[in-house]
Amino acid sequence: MNNYVEIASILAAAIAVGLGSIGPAIAEGRAVAAALEAIARQPEAAGTLSRTLFVGLAMIETMAIYCLVIALLVLFANPFTG
Amino acid sequence: MDSPLAMDVAFHLGPVPITPPVLVTWAIMLVLGLGAIVVSRRLALRPGTLQTVLEMAVEAVDDQVRGTMQADPAPYRALIGTLFLFILAANWSSLIPGVEPPTAHLETDAALAGIVFAATIWFGIRAQGVTGWLKTFAEPSWAMIPLNLVEQVTRNVSLVLRLFGNVMSGVFVIGIVLSLAGLLVPIPLMALDMLTGAVQAYIFAVLATVFIGSATGAEGAPPAPPETPAQPQKGKGS
Repeated sequence: MNNYVEIASILAAAIAVGLGSIGPAIAEGRAVAAALEAIARQPEAAGTLSRTLFVGLAMIETMAIYCLVIALLVLFANPFTG
Repeated sequence: MDSPLAMDVAFHLGPVPITPPVLVTWAIMLVLGLGAIVVSRRLALRPGTLQTVLEMAVEAVDDQVRGTMQADPAPYRALIGTLFLFILAANWSSLIPGVEPPTAHLETDAALAGIVFAATIWFGIRAQGVTGWLKTFAEPSWAMIPLNLVEQVTRNVSLVLRLFGNVMSGVFVIGIVLSLAGLLVPIPLMALDMLTGAVQAYIFAVLATVFIGSATGAEGAPPAPPETPAQPQKGKGS
């Protein structure tokens, strides 16, 4: 019986990371594309833009990191496995 | 595979268990502290190579703080600079064989975020007084008070998880690849890990600046004049 919980946990972790990284990936791509466009249009603002871009990317990336942490909790600190 | 959430005890100091990340932290503190003392003892008006490099680092930190907060960076230079240098050293300490970066464990990151949390309160009260600082919770209207309170906690939790997740996943991936193919294969991944470590250190410092800036009300200030001679600087402050 315990075995099923472990199988379900591994599946859940894989699904959490796999599906959870789709959204941040699309969002980061759009953010970088917009920043590149802005830099191409206004190269003198590259410093400010890239600083803002990095902070924004970190914010977006946090969502994927949350999924990773959830997956790790499910794998290594699962409350339902003995 | 070892759980990244658990850790073993290196030795006991009296009743207190000392874990390997704590030892690495102490070593980094010792190296950075002694290095700073040794270098700053022989300051010259005509700087040598080393002093020039360090002055450039301080300048970079100042520029970042000034650009983010539009305020005099002097009160924040020590905290932000130390946070950046310590996290950078901690992230890159994985290059030494047998050393695991202390930031790959949740506790170190939680302590660092705790420092940032205390600093936001301290700087906020110092800049605006207790009542002024409390009033910032009721902005833009009193209906936002619960959300602002929740935000204080969640943004620090996300600070912890971001650093932990990035550094730990780097260590984890290298461990997995190392168990599959030993020689030379993990090197590109380690290079990527160094880049991630530098970016995360920079982001932690910038976010600390942003949090402190919002607590001191620097964001409400009128926009500063456009940054003088716009130089195409790299994104990283390193």
